[in-house]
Amino acid sequence: MCQVEEDYRGQMERAAAPRLCFKDFFIHKFKAVLGKNRIIFPGEKVLLAVSGGPSSCSMLRQVQEGLSQKANKKLRFVPGVAFIDEGAAIGQSVEERQRTVAELQAVFQATGFPFYILPLEQVLDLPASVVATNPSPSEQPASAYKAAVHHFVETDGSNFPRPQEPKKTLLPRVQESHTLMLQQLLGSVKTLTAREELLNTLRQHLLVHTARTEGYSKLMLGDSCTRLAVKLLTSISLGRGAQLAQDTGFSDSRYGDIILVRPMRDYSAKEVAYYNHLFTVPYVVIPSVDTKTVDKASIQRLTESFVTKLQTDFPSTVSTIYRTSEKLQTACRKRSGADGCDRCLLCLCSLDTAVEEASAFQATLISDQLSGSKCLRGSAAETPRPGRPESPPPTAQCCSSAEGRGCGRAGSDGGCCSSAKLPETTRLKSLLCYSCALTVRDMSTVNHLPQYILSEAQRRQRRSQMREEISDFLLEDGDEGN
Amino acid sequence: MAASIAIHLEFGGGAELLFNGVKKHHVTLPSQSEPWDMKQLLVWIQRNLLKERPELFVQGDSVRPGILVLINDADWELMGELDYQLQDQDNVVFISTLHGG
Repeated sequence: MCQVEEDYRGQMERAAAPRLCFKDFFIHKFKAVLGKNRIIFPGEKVLLAVSGGPSSCSMLRQVQEGLSQKANKKLRFVPGVAFIDEGAAIGQSVEERQRTVAELQAVFQATGFPFYILPLEQVLDLPASVVATNPSPSEQPASAYKAAVHHFVETDGSNFPRPQEPKKTLLPRVQESHTLMLQQLLGSVKTLTAREELLNTLRQHLLVHTARTEGYSKLMLGDSCTRLAVKLLTSISLGRGAQLAQDTGFSDSRYGDIILVRPMRDYSAKEVAYYNHLFTVPYVVIPSVDTKTVDKASIQRLTESFVTKLQTDFPSTVSTIYRTSEKLQTACRKRSGADGCDRCLLCLCSLDTAVEEASAFQATLISDQLSGSKCLRGSAAETPRPGRPESPPPTAQCCSSAEGRGCGRAGSDGGCCSSAKLPETTRLKSLLCYSCALTVRDMSTVNHLPQYILSEAQRRQRRSQMREEISDFLLEDGDEGN
Repeated sequence: MAASIAIHLEFGGGAELLFNGVKKHHVTLPSQSEPWDMKQLLVWIQRNLLKERPELFVQGDSVRPGILVLINDADWELMGELDYQLQDQDNVVFISTLHGG
């Protein structure tokens, strides 16, 4: 790295030369990763998800630099910027949130790109289509990229949609009731680990929805190499091993029509911080749910602390983990059914909870049952609270839940049938992948989940019930022909 | 006898949250018999500037892993880390890389 050269040049040469070398390398990496993967076509609309932190602001600056007139090998897409205001999640006051938003708004306006300030409360109003599986665009043959670039160069970019004048966006007003509902939702999550996971999911849903409604086909996330290394290890601890490739890879196509792209995955956090300092990239420090928490507060924090500590003594830690993640690929699985019943309700990755003989998942279920605790897919996550207004439903309804799983294991007496909402929790877990089910298990109640999640859950349950009912009459693939 | 030296300190990337949100500090280190080095500077910062949660900034003798230290815009690893001897008007920057993305 260029920084090493500085040592040999000594302190006499406070010259710009080493810095320019570093800057060129930094910029080059960004373009190289986009060019190598050939996913972003010329003229495409790309939404940049900026959290205000160093990596995403650095990404914003790279896009700015790449699109500027004087750049050689100009980038060719049309960017927009989205920022999610999560002040409600950390209990910030309205004034504090407005101050942060105003700071960021100034930064975005300076770039000239259209930007969208999204309060996290907007997740409560999302439509159910966000979690419904969307068909992915047909696989473009590799030659399509070259043809598109060729065509673009031929027409001299005259058809290139000019970046629109940024509309004067007023800071959206947030209803206090929504803020309270959101805080209630986050408050119902018992562990910080699950809370961070849930926030992550909601954040992604909101970004994808914004991209869809505003006509963007790609979403750029600013995760740095260090972040992704931590995320990789965290995901394994959280039971997301099956989804690693999508969670940490360069491109993530789980949403079908919107593709998530991570162009900053080659940059370590240190490089980003150094670049931001040298070239005064503006960023805003916004506290998050795990700011100033102790190391053991959540699995994410613990892993981050582990990796960063290891990195000081063994500087190749992060890059080794990163190289490992590059080798992961998603196994192509046969998509079963057009109603997307094979996708997790929250994270939209393929379900990994088919209980096969002698699988690790089956072992987990068995040990859960044997240890006498509430079984993972069976009964209540709720303990009966005195004075609950709901009257207990007839036992039959609860214990003959659609999946027919044994409900009798409820550790807490009668906890199984204590509330009318119980079957909801039970059936919800069958629509989730292993780690999302763990997240939901850490929630005291699922009722505070945004409406779009609950209604989509009901829809899928109805579909699967219907499917079971008419299963005798359906022609399976193997039955065809004579 | 080393004269007292003026140092410019900067905290960024979230580290300033431990210093009341103040990013830039211009401090004068009192004169003492041996020249000031980074190890002593850290002790001095912990004693005089750090407002809360010292374990989030300092770990043992050194800074917490994940905090990038720049001395005159160069990585402190190239300058000798804790053994670097401070000079007058040096610019020391502490950037936390643990925050944000």
